[in-house]
Amino acid sequence: MQLTFILNGNETQIDTREERRVVDLLREDLGLTGTKEGCGTGECGACTILVDGESRLSCLMVAAQLEGTRVTTVEGLEETRKGTLLRRAFAEEGAVQCGFCIPGMEMAAMALLRHDPEPTRERIRAGLSGNLCRCTGYVKIVDAVERAAEDLRCCREGR
Amino acid sequence: MRAVLKPACLEELFSLLERHPEALAMAGGTDLLVRLRSEPAADERPLLLLANVAELQGISDMGNEISIGAATTLTRLIADPLAGLHAPLLISAARTIGGPAVRNMATIGGNVSTASPAGDSLPPLYLLGAEIELASMQGKRRLPIGDFVAGPGRTQLHKREIITRILLPHAEDFPCRTFEKVGLRRSLAVAVTSFAGMIRLSGGIVEEARFAWGSVGPTVVRLPGLEAELVGARLDLGAVRKAAEIVRREVSPIDDIRATADYRRSVAANLLVRFLEGIHG
Repeated sequence: MQLTFILNGNETQIDTREERRVVDLLREDLGLTGTKEGCGTGECGACTILVDGESRLSCLMVAAQLEGTRVTTVEGLEETRKGTLLRRAFAEEGAVQCGFCIPGMEMAAMALLRHDPEPTRERIRAGLSGNLCRCTGYVKIVDAVERAAEDLRCCREGR
Repeated sequence: MRAVLKPACLEELFSLLERHPEALAMAGGTDLLVRLRSEPAADERPLLLLANVAELQGISDMGNEISIGAATTLTRLIADPLAGLHAPLLISAARTIGGPAVRNMATIGGNVSTASPAGDSLPPLYLLGAEIELASMQGKRRLPIGDFVAGPGRTQLHKREIITRILLPHAEDFPCRTFEKVGLRRSLAVAVTSFAGMIRLSGGIVEEARFAWGSVGPTVVRLPGLEAELVGARLDLGAVRKAAEIVRREVSPIDDIRATADYRRSVAANLLVRFLEGIHG
């Protein structure tokens, strides 16, 4: 099928099989290897992307579902101020150890901050509850999202 | 190669099902696509996407019942004010399914049709008197949830038929209610045991009680004998202990990788005890 969608802000057309897994389409056909495949069964969150602003698991989607949608992957984060601040917060708070889960964590955090720009730590934990990390123990990841929310607030208030 | 069919309305969906009776209906895909991983590569049954079928979306008030479109996502269900008013127990259960991204994809009709013994929406649906509407080119029919679910992973869904709606009677007056899920972790967990309970008391005396357990039998376990026995009773220590004994005896769990049968018996009984002890009639 000829698939047309908006990928990280750019209109994208690609000839693909309609049942191709979205994670394979992104990584292998489009070369966007930031999105990771962990479990392949929807239990780890490493493959989280945004489709029309909402978090989705790209290992449990087929290409046909993307037709006409707006997709954001971790590579698209630096295109926005929110994404840039989030990435910086993850780096500066030391939230990244091996890094494998981080693209999924960041995309889940983007989805959370969209609905809840000033989340409590408990709500951050709930927002990231579909994402597994086997290195850092989550505290610094929650710190990073809290810091990103704070930085965004300062941005909005012009401080 | 597997084709993907994308009907935009029910009529188109039914005609596709007539032409492709082997097609696999896919709502959120969170169960189906995991199952397909273990199918042989030669399996070429097409996927029939339900997400674009308008008639399968959303929640509406039908006067004496509410209608939940089968392809309504759990995220949408959880946020819906009508569902909040008439089915808070179902919302409590939906919140425990998967994680946020799974709930953005997974649907209520999918959870019902998967008919897992651990399906989290099922115990509340049994207690709320849910009916499942099934439809095909030939017409519609409605089955109570307990009749629709035939066994673990088995339902009364026919070929060329899909679940169109879940219908719930308007809320009845049950001031005491609970849904609890015990899993190995809080998120992305398959229930080790789940429990839904609803009770109405008058002057400290039970007027009506409904209980349902998940993951302690091949399908949801109801104990009508226990519910009947509690009517007219006071929830004193003796009554609660006796009820717990009945639960221990009557549920029929199995050992699996998540827990032993014996542990599940204890949890099933303890969840009832916690519910009953928390009620101050």
